[in-house]
Amino acid sequence: MSDCRCKDKDVNIVCRCEDITLEEIREYIKNGVTDLEQLKRLLRVGMGPCQGRTCIPLIVREIAAYAGKPVEEIPLTTFRPPTVPVKLGVLAAGGEKDD
Amino acid sequence: MTKTADAVVIGGGIVGCATAFELAKKGLKKVVLVEKKYLASGATGRCGAGVRMQWGTEPNCVLSRDSIKIFENLEEYLGYNGSIEFKQSGYLLLAYNEKMVEQFHKNLGLQHKLGIPSRWVTPEECKELVPHINLQGLHGGTFCPKDGHCNPFKATDAYARAAERLGVEIMTYTTVTKLLQDGDRIKGVETTAGVIESPRVISCAGAYTRELGRSIGVEMPIYPERHQILVTEPVAPKQGPMIMSFYHGIYCQQVPHGGFVMGLGDPHEVKDYDEDSSWQFMYEMAAKITFILPVLKELRVVRQWAGLYDLTPDKTQILGAVPGVEGFYVAAGFSGHGFMIAPVVGKIMAEVMVGEEPQYPIDMYGFKRFESGNLYVEPSVV
Repeated sequence: MSDCRCKDKDVNIVCRCEDITLEEIREYIKNGVTDLEQLKRLLRVGMGPCQGRTCIPLIVREIAAYAGKPVEEIPLTTFRPPTVPVKLGVLAAGGEKDD
Repeated sequence: MTKTADAVVIGGGIVGCATAFELAKKGLKKVVLVEKKYLASGATGRCGAGVRMQWGTEPNCVLSRDSIKIFENLEEYLGYNGSIEFKQSGYLLLAYNEKMVEQFHKNLGLQHKLGIPSRWVTPEECKELVPHINLQGLHGGTFCPKDGHCNPFKATDAYARAAERLGVEIMTYTTVTKLLQDGDRIKGVETTAGVIESPRVISCAGAYTRELGRSIGVEMPIYPERHQILVTEPVAPKQGPMIMSFYHGIYCQQVPHGGFVMGLGDPHEVKDYDEDSSWQFMYEMAAKITFILPVLKELRVVRQWAGLYDLTPDKTQILGAVPGVEGFYVAAGFSGHGFMIAPVVGKIMAEVMVGEEPQYPIDMYGFKRFESGNLYVEPSVV
């Protein structure tokens, strides 16, 4: 993506893949969306190329603080393959016998 | 911990949420929706997010045609603040042999009779619609500009929020462990959060509907089958229509967010409740899609997942009352296209459950067809 889609300079970006701010996360949590699975699906956090490596720990901390629970009690979402993004062309070639 | 309800809806996918909403809209005071995980955690949230009217049987054409009309104004209909990311840039269905050309023309005849604006397109016209398509082996295709995309999470959320505003109670992370029967009547459900007594129960639980039926000795012809999908990194808009090839058993669209979502039907898939993704899928999908759309080879896959189709013998959904168990209803067996027909299904099921004459000929979709043999075998499924 070439253009910067930053919404405002005075915000804290939590999810760098999807440009989601701490303020947005807190707003959703305040409105009762405290399930990481739901936040992921409504805000796309953790769905970008980094696989949630940056945002998920930060969001879990926010949910834990709101719920008054230790971080380890907040359920995580399923981590889906691939671990790092892979080009379709590389995968397509991978099936050939001479490789 | 027994509670009572006017209706219990099992399953928090779009069909369950739409049905619960329509029931509350009809004036039922206490509607309870029970979902074993989170909303849209099953087939809805795992689907390919496409909506199309181009089907090969009348039930599917009618339900999808009218559902797409509702999707067009769904945010307004449900008073939703967000966007359901609905776009209509068409589906291009590709024909790779004479048999498919023949089937597609047959489908067009049916679709035109039902007022669906689909048309035959030559390979050259396919290239105009999708400039990066490989014409090798392509005989042509059919295109319907009204088909398109909708975000399943958002659409489900829209129905769920609207249902809650009408008083529907949504219980997530609660599993229905069995149905409760009193003679030939449904009495309610047993859940992990206690018993809910209700004169009306509907299963919108996808393939798990079969297991719910078994809890009261009812056998339904519904089979789970894993289907897999992957999505690429988002890029600038490049492809308008969803492309589908029944020859390759694949579909691929660029969603409004920018990523390319693509899936594959594997005819050798075992009929079971397996929701794990496999590396074999990624190789096969990549090989097939880079043949049809070679430029996609430069795109990176960021995520893959799997979900369950709830298949029936004719790949057409089962909607209606369960014979022999008064008050028990089913909306399941969607065979991979439940999301796109959910708005109308929700309305039909609510009508049937409150005892109104449904706007659609419900008998067509019921259990009876499996006894009479008047099946609606859907030819256009991946």
